[in-house]
Amino acid sequence: MKRWMYFTWILLLMVTSGGPLLAFSGEGQNEPNEAPKKFDAGKFIMEHVMDSHEWHIMKIGQTEISIPLPVILYTKEKGLSVFLSSKFHHGTKPYNGYMLAEEGPHEGKIVQANTNGTINETAPMPFDISITKTVAAMLVSLLLLLLVFLPMAKKYSKNTDKAPTGFQALIEPVILFVRDDIAIPSIGLHRYEKFMPFLLTAFFFILTNNLMGLIPIPPGGANVTGNIAITALLAVFTFAITTFSTNKNYWKHIFDAPGVPWWLKFPIPLMPFIELLGVFTKPLVLCIRLFANILAGHFIALSFIVMIFIFGQIHWIAGYGSSVVAILFYVFMTMLELLVAFIQAYVFTLLSAIYFGMAKVEEHH
Amino acid sequence: MGLVSPDYGTIFWMVLAFSVVFFILKKFAWGPVLKMLKEREQSIDNALLSASEAREGLSRLQAEHDRMMQEAHGERELLIAEARQIREQLINKAREEAAIENERLLEHARRQIESEKLSAMSEIRQQVATLSVDIAEKILKKELADRSKQESLIKEQLSDLKLN
Repeated sequence: MKRWMYFTWILLLMVTSGGPLLAFSGEGQNEPNEAPKKFDAGKFIMEHVMDSHEWHIMKIGQTEISIPLPVILYTKEKGLSVFLSSKFHHGTKPYNGYMLAEEGPHEGKIVQANTNGTINETAPMPFDISITKTVAAMLVSLLLLLLVFLPMAKKYSKNTDKAPTGFQALIEPVILFVRDDIAIPSIGLHRYEKFMPFLLTAFFFILTNNLMGLIPIPPGGANVTGNIAITALLAVFTFAITTFSTNKNYWKHIFDAPGVPWWLKFPIPLMPFIELLGVFTKPLVLCIRLFANILAGHFIALSFIVMIFIFGQIHWIAGYGSSVVAILFYVFMTMLELLVAFIQAYVFTLLSAIYFGMAKVEEHH
Repeated sequence: MGLVSPDYGTIFWMVLAFSVVFFILKKFAWGPVLKMLKEREQSIDNALLSASEAREGLSRLQAEHDRMMQEAHGERELLIAEARQIREQLINKAREEAAIENERLLEHARRQIESEKLSAMSEIRQQVATLSVDIAEKILKKELADRSKQESLIKEQLSDLKLN
């Protein structure tokens, strides 16, 4: 009996959860004289996974609710200008000679505006280092890392020789996992220590951002590890550390790989070319894998939500009905993404560790 | 903002923030934590090692103890055996000595008896001789009171002498 009630409540929650979504989207009840705006599922999803100058929470009726983010621009003529993105009124108004491009090649970016409120095509793009949604979410994650690990480290230096307690006990196995199952087998016992700070930082940075991305409301919900700039930089860090810790043998293996017939190297340097390409494809693959995995997760999860809107456009009953299935799938996807969050953090760290390990090639062969 | 074109603003903030956080964590979190973990592992290793050492020492001590007990047992047996031997020896020796002493005493007594006997014999002999001479004197005195008898004796003696 109790279990039956429990299921009923969940079902009811699922059915009604579609309601607010439909209402907030503004699609559910259109004013009769206004031409019904067509719901663009693709645009909706893209807006959620892409970077933007404001952190969107929701839309009630026609009112956008979002957190304004600081805009930092620099142009030669106007110099440095810093203001909140709320000045653009969600991209509808220009401010201080700048405006948000709603369409065109610079869609979503801040461009210089004409006095009449159109895009000034001739003016150069301003140098834009605004705190965008991705940057803000990344800063939140980094702050979270500091807030978690600094007190924890203090605990370590305070209770020497004591069993870990509290949050420390949750994190310590993960640190030990990174050390004993990622760093030591891949890099080797006598060299792993100097790579540990990067591996740990990268692991927890990716993990935190992945998990934060699963939380649908700010400060979560941003697509940090599904942003190519972030993953590219992480890969560049790995590449830089790998390259800086190489030895002579590593380069010998690339340009004059031992055990390879000479005619593969000599008139046409086929093998060296392929090997050199491999040096760059490794970090590239790291970057693309993380980016694509997280992005795809967001895409799929959002697709199920979008289903409610699409069915709701057909008929409101269809909207409510589909919400049950959609929410079920969404929950399932979120569970899967929870797994993916860990796996991707693990894979990135493991591959980085393997590349660090390969940077110093042993003499024997 | 393109999906696959990295945004330089994001790159700028990422490099800045990530580096800062990386160095802060490296200095204040990972360093102490990894060091602490290592030290703790080492202390656990040491504790286990010393425990096993202590256990080994204990068993060594036990073995030593057992060995000493065994030795003591052996020694006791030996001592008892030795004591028994000594006792035996002593008894034997005493017995031998007693026998010798006995023999010696007997010999002494025998010799005494012999010498006593000899002296008694010589005394007796002397006594007898004196008595014989006395008796002979008395007899001679009585015999030679008569003249004829003296002469016949002389004659007899003389005839004896001739025969010789």
